[in-house]
Amino acid sequence: MQTPRRNHGAIALSWIASPLRGEVGRLCRPGEGLCASAALPSSLPLTPTLSPGGRGGKRIRARLIAPLLSAALALSAVPAVAAEPLRIGLITTLSGPGAVIGADIRDGFALAVEQAGGKLGGLDTQVIEADDQQKPDVAVSLAARMTEKERVPFVTGIIWSNLALAMMPTLAGGNVFLISPNAGTSALAGAQCSPYFFNVSWPVDSIGEAAGAAAQAQGVKRVYALAPNYPSGKDVVTGFKRAFKGEMVGEVYTPFGQLDYAAEIAQVKAAKPDGVFIFYPGGMGINFLKQYDQAGLLGQIPLTGPGFSFDQDILPAIGDAALGIKAPLQWSPDLDNPANRAFVSAFRAKYGRIPSYYAAQSYDSARLIGGAVAAVGGDLADKNALRAALRKAPFESVRGAFRFNTNHYPIQSYYQREVVREASGMLTNRIIGTVFTDHGDVYAKDCPMK
Amino acid sequence: MDALLLAEQGLNGLQLGVMLFLMAAGLTLVFGIMDLINLAHGSFYMVGAYLTAALVPVLGGFLPALAVAVLLTALLGLVVEAVALRTLYRRDHLDQVLATFGLILFFNELIRILFGPVPIFLNPPAALAGTVDLWGLTYPAFRLAILAVGLAVALGLWLLIARTRVGMLIRAGATNREMVMALGVDVRLLFGLVFALGCGLAGLAGAMAGPVLAVQVGMGEQILILTFVVIVIGGIGSIRGAFAGALLVGVVDTLGRALLPASFRLVMDSASANAAGAAAASMAIYVLMALVLAVRPKGLFPVG
Repeated sequence: MQTPRRNHGAIALSWIASPLRGEVGRLCRPGEGLCASAALPSSLPLTPTLSPGGRGGKRIRARLIAPLLSAALALSAVPAVAAEPLRIGLITTLSGPGAVIGADIRDGFALAVEQAGGKLGGLDTQVIEADDQQKPDVAVSLAARMTEKERVPFVTGIIWSNLALAMMPTLAGGNVFLISPNAGTSALAGAQCSPYFFNVSWPVDSIGEAAGAAAQAQGVKRVYALAPNYPSGKDVVTGFKRAFKGEMVGEVYTPFGQLDYAAEIAQVKAAKPDGVFIFYPGGMGINFLKQYDQAGLLGQIPLTGPGFSFDQDILPAIGDAALGIKAPLQWSPDLDNPANRAFVSAFRAKYGRIPSYYAAQSYDSARLIGGAVAAVGGDLADKNALRAALRKAPFESVRGAFRFNTNHYPIQSYYQREVVREASGMLTNRIIGTVFTDHGDVYAKDCPMK
Repeated sequence: MDALLLAEQGLNGLQLGVMLFLMAAGLTLVFGIMDLINLAHGSFYMVGAYLTAALVPVLGGFLPALAVAVLLTALLGLVVEAVALRTLYRRDHLDQVLATFGLILFFNELIRILFGPVPIFLNPPAALAGTVDLWGLTYPAFRLAILAVGLAVALGLWLLIARTRVGMLIRAGATNREMVMALGVDVRLLFGLVFALGCGLAGLAGAMAGPVLAVQVGMGEQILILTFVVIVIGGIGSIRGAFAGALLVGVVDTLGRALLPASFRLVMDSASANAAGAAAASMAIYVLMALVLAVRPKGLFPVG
């Protein structure tokens, strides 16, 4: 989960990788023929330039008009026979430590497309996968490729907030919607909200708020907080402090991708808090939890954090040490509604594992796109109509009640979850209470979109 | 900060240092003696960790799993050396970098195909899972084991290199390779053995790191960068340099993270102290490297 971006070696590695950049992603899969079809619309605007005044122009027109006419007729006949396919760019992390999340993003999306019979919103759907390698520069070049070469109307799959932020100017400039299945930084929720950005997960600090409210309700007085030093790390701790009224005895930001937490754990032990709040996604969470357990603190000082620090992507690697940890999230595999029951059982049947919340959000992203495309009758050209349709969130979410705020971030419920061992022996989460109902965020009021 | 906490942080630093030494020893040997830049060293570390995790349930214990995993990793090193690297010795460093970078991609994908993308489970053996009491200081037992293994490897390597005939050849090879070849030493065999030894050490580092860190695809690249810093500080090719460099990096990194944010808090408000402290702590070892290289451009213990 962590690309060490802190040193010379990393620079050397990315320099070595740079000739490979973009080629690693599987942009044009065999049999899809996307690259060729993208050239068709751009040839049409040429026709008017062939009919200027003057003799030369007339002669050209006389010689070219007939074949051009027949070509234009042939082209205009194509949509009448077969509707334009819906092409979606799925830019996600498919290599490196973050690939475990990328796999769930891809599989959740693929499941929704499959369940729609390969036709999201009634259009033949082609998903163009590309690997962002968890690097902002790669993500930006892929965004440009999706915008200029592939000319997709939607990009999705993005996991990391720093990558989403980097991609947004390119996508918005090309009138491409970014449907984020995960990245939900506060930076895109307030004054910088974008008409081309829709977030299907959460404003990330809402999860922090939920954890803060839960800690408050449990009567925790003194909390020590740790998070990686990147935008979402600070967002989550900010959210926690918004809802938690007790004392923060420590607030530490560690380099993104840190391996050894012995120094921080020793400081925690010395500060003697009655709760430790951590936000360590992916491999960082595994490192921290193992080391916290081995230091003998797991039984002494309860851990909490956003639910995604204790989700399906890392539970198998932590093992029993994770049992009993309580952390809130907006979704859980046992959330009881028809859409979720269908999703979880289909996912387990198809892939043989319990879906993570990443898979659930990606599944919802696909169904959001499908619902909006159906609502506009498959017309992908009218971006305003498409946006209006997206804002209505015309799909049945696996998390139950779901609607968009004016800043295109969800208004939804948050549940307290606990790590348990299910009958099959696998570790998973179950819901033990509700923290917030129909919860929005504090940034929407700064967003100029109404 | 009281003395006990400072002692604990010092111990943490030493422990991180010997962990890095296990990685750096193999890398510096290969780099110094064979003149081969092996970016794939981290892949052998990953293979060591995965093999240990996979063998624990089969062999029924951490120790036998570790022993077999280290041997298998060394064997894998022999094979990779013979198949992929032998032709690269005469090529320039950029070719070696490209080829061994290719090996990283190859091993990452291979592990992903064999074990899946989800990080896998590896815990310390039950006897070392808890904490021990050191004069009032509660310390994780497994970290003490890492410290002990690292120091034992350092001693063993010193004996091997300073006291045996193979060690003499290795030293000679690091100092003047052409002369060793001219004296009729089977350099191909020597290189194979050195490479296997380096890979075995990387495998051992992976096996010892597995219970503390996430065992996942790409884990080798994360530690490889720190390892390069260590061998550059220590002097490329020098085991003694790798040991000194590793301990220095471990202690500076740990104490930097422990002390810098607190010291910044003395002179500024806590929000900026958190930000500045975190930034300064993550730079500490690179500042150390720059300082060492400014004074001694070939590292602390230059070879040849």
